[in-house]
Amino acid sequence: MADPLLQIEGLWRRFDVSKPWLNRVIEREKPQLLTAVADVSFDIARGETFALVGESGSGKSTIARMIVGLLGASEGRIRFDGKDMTEMAPSDLRALRRRFQMIFQDPFASLNPRWRVGDIIAEPMRTFGLATGAEAATEVARLLETVGLSARDAEKFPHEFSGGQRQRIAIARALSSKPEFIVCDEPTSALDVSVQAQILNLMRDLQDEFGLTYLFISHDLSVVRHMASRIGVLYLGRLVEVADAKALFRAPCHPYTRMLLDAVPDLALSGRRRKPVSGEIPNPISPPAGCAFHPRCPAMTEACKQAIPAPRPTATGMAACIRLDMAETAAR
Amino acid sequence: MNRIARAWDSDLAYSFRHSPVAVVAAFVALLIILAAALAPLIAPHDPFNPASLNLMDGFTPPMEPNAFTGNTYWLGTDNQGRDIFSAILYGARISLFVGFSAVLFAMVLGIAVGLLAAWRGGWVDSLLMRIADVQLSFPSILIALLIFGVARGVIPPAYREEMAIWVLIVAIGLSDWVQFARVVRGAAMVEKAREYVQAARVIGVHPVRIVLTHILPNVMGPVLVIATIGLALAIIAEATLSFLGVGVPPTQPSLGTLIRIGQGFLFSGEWWIILFPSIALLALALSVNLLGDWLRDALNPRLK
Repeated sequence: MADPLLQIEGLWRRFDVSKPWLNRVIEREKPQLLTAVADVSFDIARGETFALVGESGSGKSTIARMIVGLLGASEGRIRFDGKDMTEMAPSDLRALRRRFQMIFQDPFASLNPRWRVGDIIAEPMRTFGLATGAEAATEVARLLETVGLSARDAEKFPHEFSGGQRQRIAIARALSSKPEFIVCDEPTSALDVSVQAQILNLMRDLQDEFGLTYLFISHDLSVVRHMASRIGVLYLGRLVEVADAKALFRAPCHPYTRMLLDAVPDLALSGRRRKPVSGEIPNPISPPAGCAFHPRCPAMTEACKQAIPAPRPTATGMAACIRLDMAETAAR
Repeated sequence: MNRIARAWDSDLAYSFRHSPVAVVAAFVALLIILAAALAPLIAPHDPFNPASLNLMDGFTPPMEPNAFTGNTYWLGTDNQGRDIFSAILYGARISLFVGFSAVLFAMVLGIAVGLLAAWRGGWVDSLLMRIADVQLSFPSILIALLIFGVARGVIPPAYREEMAIWVLIVAIGLSDWVQFARVVRGAAMVEKAREYVQAARVIGVHPVRIVLTHILPNVMGPVLVIATIGLALAIIAEATLSFLGVGVPPTQPSLGTLIRIGQGFLFSGEWWIILFPSIALLALALSVNLLGDWLRDALNPRLK
């Protein structure tokens, strides 16, 4: 890909979920590791919206947290604008932080209830010394109007706003350090359906206006379809398919992607039979051998149980399945 | 003006106006605090000035003229002819000063330890909380006595009397910080996991700034509750220590000292010397405690 803004290479994250040391010694148990993210690699180009989709527990949010630095990576590299963030000195990392921000899932938890909206939005500016005093106040007013609120709202407290308005405030805060890249962790899943579209449209407008790049995390395929230019599908911490959004919805290559798409409610009433998703995501502490999806896969063969499938190139991306040929015939 | 109007309309003020116990308790507490603060203006005598004392006035019963001098005292006098009412005003002053200072000391120390434990987690958290556990396993009065004893050994005799009150404050404060540390740690760990703290971390705000500007204001509610209840406990602790004779020196009697002096005359008929200081201590501790109880219920979202 030409000139990617963010490059993720072989990213791993393991969590230590073992009991306390003393209990382990007495009960003679080994330390237990939970692999939340396994060998994930993808690139995000400037100006695009890359979406990560997957069920609960698939590792979407863990990847987001590693990218913004809330969690360390166990292995692998995260490059932002060509610079490796995993090996960077803290002072350099701090300077880089201005260029990426995050929008959180729950707008009722992501704003400090005791701060005025103006102070919340100005916090990134103050932290990076971009603006102070009257200058910051003008900038806050401008940002509030950019996200569709009134400049007078800066005086109010977060509890005086609805969920959608709070998410607008969170977006204004994310914009206030003039970032290039914004990680959106399920930004609309806590909102009413009627408000979701407004927030998504606002985010698209802002992307056009400021040339933003988004990493968009969601479990809601209809939201992803509206927003994403490219999509990565996660299953049990592994990326099983990456493709352009249109191609993915038209001709999904991986059986898991197909299963997810089949489960989406058919609002067009085309008469398509909706297939429920079968089975549940397995326990990530002891994932199935071979392809982690094989216990739920309709196209499973003996070979699927043997080895973890390597990513194979597809028309617009990749898919990690040894039966891609079969998948393509099925799609037709 | 706007701020006052908003405070009057707040949930807390509403709950206060609709709780008769809280209103009465606040009235009593404020009355005692004001009387103690204005003691030099209100008190008819200065109990610290030996020149104004007349030994002939000793053991005057309340509201009766003294047999020798003919002076009448509202609440009577003690063995040295000290007016009990004045002594209570000045005594409450010392009790309140020690109580407030000790709670403030315990609060600052407890908040610092609690925030550090919650933010750093891991072994720092374990170490600090185990220290707290060990301290909790002793009665706090024992710890205060221990600190008092150590201080007596360290401070030269010439300074002992004037340092006594500060030693008392440190002793009570050090025996009381654990409550604050535990509550702050628990609340701060909840706040630390909230998304607004994570948002500040993503922005790159300095950790000390996050703890002080984001987490601390959000854990102050429960801290205020235990500070109020802790004030009542500190006043009682001071009285206990003074009663045991290790508190403030007899030249500056606190309520506890007055009770100890009065205790000597309990069986010889001079009941007023111990009764009135005890009532004052009871009224002060009870009203502050009731205020703390009300504040705890008013700030508890589950009871609304």
